Amino acid sequence: MEIPYTVTARPDTGLWNAKVGIWLFLASEVMLFGGLFSAYVFLRLDASPGHWPHGLLNVPVGTMNTAILIASSVTVVMAWASLKMRKFRAYKWYMFFTILCGVIFLFVKLYVEWPEKFVHFGARIKPSALEKYEPYLGNKHLAEKGENPRLEITGHLHNKEALTDPNIHEYEIAMDHVNAEPTNPESDRPHFWPKHATDKIAHVEKKDVEFAGMFLPSYSTYFATYFTITGLHGAHVLGGVIVFLYLWLPVGANLYKRNPEHLANRVEVAGLFWHFVDLVWIFVFPLFYLL
Amino acid sequence: MNDTDETITTEPAPVAADGHGDHDDHVAHNIAKHIRGYMMVGGTLLAFTAITVFLSYVNFGTMKANVAVAMLVATFKAGLVAAIFMHLSNEKKLIYRILVFTAFFVLGLFFLTYLAWYDPVVR
Repeated sequence: MEIPYTVTARPDTGLWNAKVGIWLFLASEVMLFGGLFSAYVFLRLDASPGHWPHGLLNVPVGTMNTAILIASSVTVVMAWASLKMRKFRAYKWYMFFTILCGVIFLFVKLYVEWPEKFVHFGARIKPSALEKYEPYLGNKHLAEKGENPRLEITGHLHNKEALTDPNIHEYEIAMDHVNAEPTNPESDRPHFWPKHATDKIAHVEKKDVEFAGMFLPSYSTYFATYFTITGLHGAHVLGGVIVFLYLWLPVGANLYKRNPEHLANRVEVAGLFWHFVDLVWIFVFPLFYLL
Repeated sequence: MNDTDETITTEPAPVAADGHGDHDDHVAHNIAKHIRGYMMVGGTLLAFTAITVFLSYVNFGTMKANVAVAMLVATFKAGLVAAIFMHLSNEKKLIYRILVFTAFFVLGLFFLTYLAWYDPVVR
């Protein structure tokens, strides 16, 4: 079956069909991400003081990934422009760089950022035991400065068996800098460059802990929203990469020989999707990494 | 994989009903003019990414103020992507019409969140 209006405008809409199609799809995507973002706003604004963490994500890596996505948006628009100017070789190169950027983005997400979280441990202290762990929390110091209290001790868990063995009554945590030096003004606000966990060990009794675990979606509302939104966004990046790969392979060359404008339109439509994915990330990055 | 312009323009170019070489040359010329703009927008977006990161380490007094500043910058960046990369600065009427509906419903969605804080039963 011949698909109508792939390169010529349909008289009543004034547009070729795929253009209308992709915008309708993007409209539904706006609703999908809109729902998640409104859930994020709701959960964040309703979190009690100290329950919305800051500085747990790797900002330099996040910044790099943002730059990679922006670069890929430029290359995909250049790929389209090259086709419009009938420069097929340039198109192949620009598309190659777009795909490469998408793959790097996903690699960083799946092999660097997420695994870093999966091995990071945190223990949320019960309100009644906060006083006992004051040397690691520094809440008096924070109160003087008018900052939100710290409610958790984070770092690397030494005795991993404590997670499963009920006979072990405490967690041994090699603490992050904020807990190792809680009253150091340096620890008041997150830093751009992430610091490794210190050698200083905290012994946290299980009976004093409200919830403890690795930084998985189950750890906190923050991580639940973080993994949901970045996961869905990552799935979109993967989808875009697959479509670009299809258009980059000989399928694209064959279509180009038959009808170059048709390939240009396909790239434009795939590019619109890609820019949307970039646009979503422009909001995800500050909301989760920086604020 | 032949990419010389000569061979391509001699092929039938099914652009529009009047699809002749002249039309193609005209399109190519228009696109070429825009390329500099695309590069500049890319550069601006990268610069504003750095600005966003920098501003997040500046204390604007309250967290709300910091969020507001960051969202302002993000909205500006998103606007650039939509207007230039997604060609929304110069699009057909139907696309705008679709987007007006989208904006209406997504704002409605956010308004529901807002309503939740005025729930007289829970609060």
